[in-house]
Amino acid sequence: MKHMTRKATRHISQNEGLIFEKSSPGKAAWKLPPLDVPEVDTATLLGKHERKDLGDMPEVSEIEIIRHFTRLSTWNYAIDLGMFPLGSCTMKYNPRVNEFVARIEGLANGHPYQAEKISQGALRIIKTLSDCLIEITGMDAITLQPAAGAHGELTGLLLVRAYHQSQGNARKKILIPDSAHGTNPATAATVGYAVENLKSNDRGMVDVAALAAQMNEDVAALMVTNPNTLGVFEQEIHKIAELMHAKGGLLYMDGANMNALVGKARPGDFGVDVMHLNLHKTFSTPHGGGGPGSGPVAVKKILEPFLPKPVVITKPDGTLGFEYSRPQSVGRVRAFYGNFGMFIRALAYIFANGPDGLRQTTEDAVLNANYIRKGLEGVYDLPYSTPSMHEVVFSDKLQSKKGVKTMDLAKRLIDYGFHPYTTAFPLIVAGALMIEPTESEPKEELDLFIEAMKSIAEEVEEDPQFVLDAPHNTRISRLDETAAARKPVLRWKPESQI
Amino acid sequence: MRYLPKSPADRAAMLKAIGTRSVDDLFSPIPPEFRLTRDLAVPRQMAESEIVDWFKQRAKENGEGYTSFLGAGAYSHYRPVVIDALVQRGEFLTSYTPYQAEFAQGTLQAIFEFQTMISELTGMDLANASMYDGSTGAAEAVMMAVRITGRHSAVIARNLHPEYREVLNTYATHQAIPLKTVSYTDAGQIDLKELEKTVGDDTACVLIQSPNFFGTIEDVEAIAEIAHKRGALLIVSIAEAVSLGIVEPPRTADIVALEAQSFGVPLGFGGPYCGVLATKEKFVRQMPGRLAGQTVDKNGKRGFVLTLATREQHIRREKATSNICTNQALVALMVNIFMTVYGKIGLRELAKQNLAKAAYAADQFGKHAKVVFGGAPRFNEFVVETSEDPYAINSRLLGHKIVGGFPLKKFYPELGHAALWCCTELTTRSMIDTAVGLVAESERSVRSMKEVEEEVTR
Repeated sequence: MKHMTRKATRHISQNEGLIFEKSSPGKAAWKLPPLDVPEVDTATLLGKHERKDLGDMPEVSEIEIIRHFTRLSTWNYAIDLGMFPLGSCTMKYNPRVNEFVARIEGLANGHPYQAEKISQGALRIIKTLSDCLIEITGMDAITLQPAAGAHGELTGLLLVRAYHQSQGNARKKILIPDSAHGTNPATAATVGYAVENLKSNDRGMVDVAALAAQMNEDVAALMVTNPNTLGVFEQEIHKIAELMHAKGGLLYMDGANMNALVGKARPGDFGVDVMHLNLHKTFSTPHGGGGPGSGPVAVKKILEPFLPKPVVITKPDGTLGFEYSRPQSVGRVRAFYGNFGMFIRALAYIFANGPDGLRQTTEDAVLNANYIRKGLEGVYDLPYSTPSMHEVVFSDKLQSKKGVKTMDLAKRLIDYGFHPYTTAFPLIVAGALMIEPTESEPKEELDLFIEAMKSIAEEVEEDPQFVLDAPHNTRISRLDETAAARKPVLRWKPESQI
Repeated sequence: MRYLPKSPADRAAMLKAIGTRSVDDLFSPIPPEFRLTRDLAVPRQMAESEIVDWFKQRAKENGEGYTSFLGAGAYSHYRPVVIDALVQRGEFLTSYTPYQAEFAQGTLQAIFEFQTMISELTGMDLANASMYDGSTGAAEAVMMAVRITGRHSAVIARNLHPEYREVLNTYATHQAIPLKTVSYTDAGQIDLKELEKTVGDDTACVLIQSPNFFGTIEDVEAIAEIAHKRGALLIVSIAEAVSLGIVEPPRTADIVALEAQSFGVPLGFGGPYCGVLATKEKFVRQMPGRLAGQTVDKNGKRGFVLTLATREQHIRREKATSNICTNQALVALMVNIFMTVYGKIGLRELAKQNLAKAAYAADQFGKHAKVVFGGAPRFNEFVVETSEDPYAINSRLLGHKIVGGFPLKKFYPELGHAALWCCTELTTRSMIDTAVGLVAESERSVRSMKEVEEEVTR
C-alpha cells in the first residue's frame, strides 16, 4: 500500500463456496409439525401434474445456512460500515426502529384482502403517510402504489397522458434534459411517448431559451430532476413551469434528489404538476442491496381524477376505506396497494424527525456536500462552478492526463475503506465523480474521505499504474466483465452437466 | 435529532471551512419566494418509545390475532426465524445495488444462487434477480414476448389473477398491445376450445396462471401446444410458489412469471413482494431486470458481476428492455434463504402438507355446501359456493377471530355466492372445523328459512 489509510485495515475474510457445493443428501434445516389431517395420496390427487423431483435444490443444515449468509454478508460494504457516497442514491442511515415496527404482528401479517373493518390500522398508516408527503411536497394528492422510483415515473407519465387525453390530445413527446437519469427516457418509451433531448446550458441547468424553442403543443411534459443530477438547483424553475404551462404542457419532477429540499422548499410551490418520491432515498427505507423501493407519486388537483385505483378515502362514519369507483383512473400499476412495508418505515422516519428534524436533516445534507466540495476543489476538476446542494460532481480531467479514469479512482477508493461515489454519471460530464454524502456522516468521516481522495490524487501523480490495478485489498481483484457478458453463466450447474 | 451525527460546534467549523456565514446561505440558489419559512405541518418529533407505541396501536386495529383462510395471490406460510436474523445484517440491509462488484460479492453470490434455485424450481434455463411483484412481472413478460415475436397482441386467461389482469391492462394500453381474454370451464381451467379459436397469427403470447386464481392446476402442455402451433409464446404466471414443491413446473412454457411471496415473505398488507422472471436461454437478451453472472478476476479467482447491462435503462435509455431499476433485492434474499432452508426435500414435504390441508378442508366444506370447479386437480385453494352471501358469513366468522374465504363476485359477478378458500401448513384442523361448522350453520338456517317460506306460500 502506497499511502496509509486511517479508515480501514486488513482483516481475515472467510472463504465460502456456493450453497450447492455444501449440499449432500440427508442434511436438513427444516422440520414440519405432524400433520393433523389425513395424509393424501399425491399421485391420486395430482395425477400427471405431480412433481417427482426438485432437481439440484440444496440440502444443508441450519448452522451451515447461518454461516453461509453471514460469510457472504461480510464481503459487502454497507452504510452501517461507513460513508456510502453514491450520488443521486441518497445512502443515508436506515433507522433500526423502522425495521422493528415493520415487523409488529398485525402489520407484518395483515392480508391485503382482509375486511376493511379489520384493516383500519394499515389504512391509517397509508393515510397518515400520504398526508405527510403531500405537505412535504406541497402537492394536492398522492398515490403510494408504485413499487419504486422508475415505477413512479411510469405512473406519473400515465397520469400526464390521461390528463392530455381528457383534453382531447394525448400529445406526442416528452422533453428530457441530457443530465437526466436513464429511467426517465426508458419510462417515456414505455408509456408510448417519443423522447426529445434538451441541452443543458453552461451552468449545468435547463437552457430556458432552448426550452422555449423546443416547447410546442406536441410536448406532453418536461421531466426535470431538481436539484438536477449535478446537484444544482434549477434556479429558473418557475420560468420553466410557466413556459410549459403556457403551451398546455405539464412539469414532471423526478424526486430522486428530494433530500436537498425537504423542509426548505416544496415542488408544489414552484410549479411542479406531478412528481415521484423515492422512499428508499429521501425517507430512509433500506436499499437492501438493490430494493425494495417505493415510489409514491404526488400530483396537483388537475391530475387527481386519474390516480391509480384504489385510493384511500375517509367514509361518512369516520372509518377509512378503499375507493375503487374512479372512472377516469389510469387503472392499476401494481397488485394490492404498493410496498406497504416501506410506508411503515418511511412514516416511522418522519415521526422520528418531526418538522425540525426534517429541516435539520436537509441542512446537514447540503452542508456535508459543500464541505466535501471545498475540501476537494483544486484536487479534482470541478466542471461546473454553480453552487452545489446535496451532492457535488467532479470530473477525472486532471487524473485522466495520467491515464487514470473515474472508475479507476473509484476502485482505489475501495482500498481506503469507502464505497465509491457514482461513476461516469451524469452523462454531460466526461468522467464524472458524483458524490452525495447525505446528512448521516459526521465531520470525522467526511475528513477521512477528503483525505483519502487527496491521497489517491497524489498516487495518480506518483504511480498511476498502482491506481489502475486497484483494488488491492479486496477478496478479489477487478473482474472480467467482458467475459461475463460474452458467455453468460447465470446459474450454477453440477459438474456432471457442464 | 438522534440520527444526525454533528454537534453545533462541528457545524460551525464546517461552515467556517466552506467560508459561509450561515447554513441558509447554502440554500440561496433557491429563489427566496420558494423558500419555506415555516415548519412543515407534520407530526412533532417523537421518541422511539412513542413511535413503537403508535405502530402497536395500528397493529391492534389491523386484524392482529386473527387466523385466516385468505389466499388469492398472497399466502400465509411459516417464516423460519433465520430469515429475519440474516436479512437484518447491516451488510445486506444497508448496501446498494452491487454495481461495484469487488465490494459487493456477498449480494452478488446470493443473487447467483437465487437465480439458480428459481431456474431449478420453475423448470426454466435461467432467471433474473427479481421484479417488483407477480403482477408487474407478468406485464413485463408480455412486453418481452412482444419484443421476441415481433407480434402485437396477447391472449390472457380470465382465471389469471384479476389484479394482474388490471395491471397488464394499464401497461398494454400504451404499448398498443390488444388483449383478448379467454374464459374458463366448469373445472375452473382455461377453455381450450376457446383458446384455440382466439390464438392467431398476430398473437405474441398466451398468458395463463397455474395453479390459477381458482386454485386449479392447468394442463400446461396442452396450452403450450396450442400457443406454439401458431408461433406464440406461452407465459405461465405462478402466484403460489409453494406449489412448485409438488406440482410439475411448466417446462413447456417460454417464460415463467413467478410471485415468490410464499417463500418466506411476510403478507405485509400486500407488499413488498418478490416478482421473478425465468425463461429459456435463447430469450435472455430480451429479458428485463438485473442479472448476476459468474466470471473470474485477473488471478483466475471465481467472482460474480451484474451482467448483460446493455439491456438496461442506465445504458440503453429509451431503447432499454424495461424502465426497471430498483428491484426487490432484500425480499429476494428472504426468498433465497427460505428456499435454502427447505431445500430439495423440505419444499416437497411442505407442499404436501398444503395439499393435504386443502383436500381435507374441501371435503369438509363439501359435506354442507357446494365445492365448485371440482373436475381438475387443485393445490391449496378451492372455491365454495354457499346459499348465503359469503360477505355475511365472513362477517360472522370475524366474531370467532377467523377471516373467511375471498368472495369472488367482486371480480367474477357470474360466480354469485362463491368464495375462494385457502389452506396452508399453518391452517389447523380445528380452524377448518370451526369455519366449516359456521358455514354449515348458515346453510341450515337458509334451508329452514326456505322451508318456512315454502310453507307460507303453500
